[in-house]
Amino acid sequence: MSQTISFTIDGQEINGQAGQTILEAAQDAGVYIPRLCYLEGLVPWGGCRLCTVLVNGRPQSACTQPISPGMVVLNNTEKLNHYRRNLIEMLFVEGNHFCMYCEKSGSCELQALAYRFGIAAPKYPYLFPKRDVDASHPDIFIDRNRCILCARCVRASRDIDGKNVFGFVGRGPTKKVAVNARARLADTKIDLSDRVVDVCPVGAILKKRVGYAVPIGQRQYDHRPIGSDIEAPEPAQGE
Amino acid sequence: MSETLETTIKAICGAVGRDRGRVIDVVRAVQQKLGCVDHDAMDAIAAELGVPRVEVEGVVSFYGLLSRERRGEVTIRLCNDIIDRMAGAEGVAQALSEELGIPFGETTPDGKISLERTPCMGMCDQAPAALVNEVVVTELNGDKAREMVRELRTHLEPGRLVRKFGGGNNAHPLVRAMVNNNIRRKGPLIFSPNNRGEAIRKALSIRPVEVIRAIKTARLRGRGGAGFPTGMKWEFTRASQDRDRYVICNADEGEPGTFKDRVILTELADRMIAGMTIAGYAIGAEHGILYLRGEYAYLREYLEDVLKNRREDGLLGRAICGREGFNFDVRIQMGAGAYICGEETALISSCEGLRGYPKTRPPFPAQKGYQQMPTAVNNVETFCCVAKILEEGPASFCEHGSKGSSGTKLLSISGDCHLPGVYEVPFGIRLSEVLRMAGADQAAAVQVGGPSGQMVGPEAYERTICYDDLSTGGAMMVFGADRSPLEVAQAFMEFFIDESCGYCTPCRVGNVLLKERLDKIIEGKGEVADIAYLRDLAETVKTTSRCGLGQTSPNPILSTLKSFPKRYEESVGESTDGLRRSFDVRAALAESQAITGRESVHFSG
Repeated sequence: MSQTISFTIDGQEINGQAGQTILEAAQDAGVYIPRLCYLEGLVPWGGCRLCTVLVNGRPQSACTQPISPGMVVLNNTEKLNHYRRNLIEMLFVEGNHFCMYCEKSGSCELQALAYRFGIAAPKYPYLFPKRDVDASHPDIFIDRNRCILCARCVRASRDIDGKNVFGFVGRGPTKKVAVNARARLADTKIDLSDRVVDVCPVGAILKKRVGYAVPIGQRQYDHRPIGSDIEAPEPAQGE
Repeated sequence: MSETLETTIKAICGAVGRDRGRVIDVVRAVQQKLGCVDHDAMDAIAAELGVPRVEVEGVVSFYGLLSRERRGEVTIRLCNDIIDRMAGAEGVAQALSEELGIPFGETTPDGKISLERTPCMGMCDQAPAALVNEVVVTELNGDKAREMVRELRTHLEPGRLVRKFGGGNNAHPLVRAMVNNNIRRKGPLIFSPNNRGEAIRKALSIRPVEVIRAIKTARLRGRGGAGFPTGMKWEFTRASQDRDRYVICNADEGEPGTFKDRVILTELADRMIAGMTIAGYAIGAEHGILYLRGEYAYLREYLEDVLKNRREDGLLGRAICGREGFNFDVRIQMGAGAYICGEETALISSCEGLRGYPKTRPPFPAQKGYQQMPTAVNNVETFCCVAKILEEGPASFCEHGSKGSSGTKLLSISGDCHLPGVYEVPFGIRLSEVLRMAGADQAAAVQVGGPSGQMVGPEAYERTICYDDLSTGGAMMVFGADRSPLEVAQAFMEFFIDESCGYCTPCRVGNVLLKERLDKIIEGKGEVADIAYLRDLAETVKTTSRCGLGQTSPNPILSTLKSFPKRYEESVGESTDGLRRSFDVRAALAESQAITGRESVHFSG
């Protein structure tokens, strides 16, 4: 039997299991900590910084910080949510995100977070970077305009698919996702059945020929904000 | 793939035992041999080492001194640090560009010479400086730059640019550099005469835990900038379960304005390696790594020789000082141009042959560092302090400095002062006293601790240099009254943007946004609200960034806002016509007008 560890988040007592991170323990207890680069089943990355919480007064990423007895965690505070809003806005202006015609719209985690945080338009100036699209593969394409560099694809391909199809090149503002070939996705070993095809939180890695298949009103975040499934599990279906 | 390329790469990979962890050594060697690491080379390296190709490209594209595109046989890298610019680097740049007939970033048509810029290369006290392949050229001006190009065009041998050697070991046959030490003040600890072997023999006369106790009694704190107590770090490392432990010396001196480690490496390498060896004894490590920044490659052969001599004299290697069971050796790991690698976990990533990403903490290096093994990373100067503490005892060490900050500190002073160079001063010294020593009588502002530190004005000159007041890794950049603090901050923000690893959102994007708004203010187009905007953005970056780089990168803006608020207030204003001051309607319409071929709006006046 694993050991129980008690701590608090925003004053609420949480009982987690030894070895869990703050984000995991919170999730089990129905507390949603906003996140983007985190995805269950992947090694935590701690890059988007949306899950920043205060641990005994110090900022830490909840997806990487292990729980310890008696720790005092602050999550849903005005200040932290303000930082999160700023981070989400940074991701919007860093890339070229045109939600109105993006096929991921309605199922996009970045867009859903913007809605959850009440962001209508970013206050930061758009950077309008020049980014490239790779449509070389018969079944999958990459649109780097929408990439938020969360590394989900890098981790999924390396750790789950065992293929290392994706990796980062460059650094700082010019860092980008590259493929394990000279240039083209078509020259890698990626396959439609790979886990990596389904992990992108935005519309940067997409399957061909299934775009817009789900109509407005039935997309993932059309009715309830992102994180709702953690805070209040969906009532049993039945009309 | 050509036969020769394959053979070359096979040989280079073979020289490091085809070890995947030595990717950086491999790509450095390939670059040296072929002038770049192009696509064919990356394919071959990936195949030979059995690593994914994208990983090799990830490494090559991460480090500033490596290139995927073919460069000239000789690359001139002009330092574009703010101190170099103040010393006339722009004139040098113009002369180089004219003489070569190419702009920066390009190679001469004959493929012989490339021209680039590089961040601070640790020569601020002899600026403007340039790196010509691995040769350092200092105190440049327009004429010397032209002469340099002519010499290179004739012989294409960077070594011939060195006409006169600098003092001390800069003239050593294995160094042969024109670099000067500029040691202006020798204190009682770091620059005291070195009794070779004494520190290690004293350490071996007591038990390892007692060595750690001596370091704690001396209250030694890290000299790199963060100031973590050294004894505590060693205790954590020693307490780890894994037996295969590592000592790493951080000689990635990359903080702009810092160059004191370069002088230690040149003159006090023996003392520094003694400190590493003592650390090995104290924490129970057999392996040491000296991580040397790529810009200091000219010191490598010399340092290898120092290591060799110590091995021969029984001060390194097996059974040190005849003590059976105490084995410790050091290898040199070259960096390849990345400021972030001064961050201890990024440095470890780099030692492992990876992109210089900081690692997720916990686990801390003391538990899981280099190759997941317990690792103690300390600064060059810290190791010298260690040796001195063992030589003379902690009590004598504590006689110097202040209560919370024992010992002395090396300062690298540069900029608007008469005597730039390295100073060993006791902690607790007033900034005014430091400025007086350096002949900085006209100082209007001082950048304490480099860009990641803070800029202070005359009201702070009676404050003291120590961990509890003005804390510094050693950089002191002096600015006269004719320098603009905002433009200095702008140069530092540019540096942080270039050097961010790009792992986390706030540092990758936030610094770009901070600089955008600062640029606007400097152009005279800022609004009053921009100051609050900068503060809010800076606070977000500081609080949410993943490592020390992003947590300190807004400091140039925050500390100039604090020390020189008037400079900002003078530069911003309120809009008079309801439009943003930065909005230029003519510029906004220019593109569409060019396409339609007619004016879309008629402006009066």
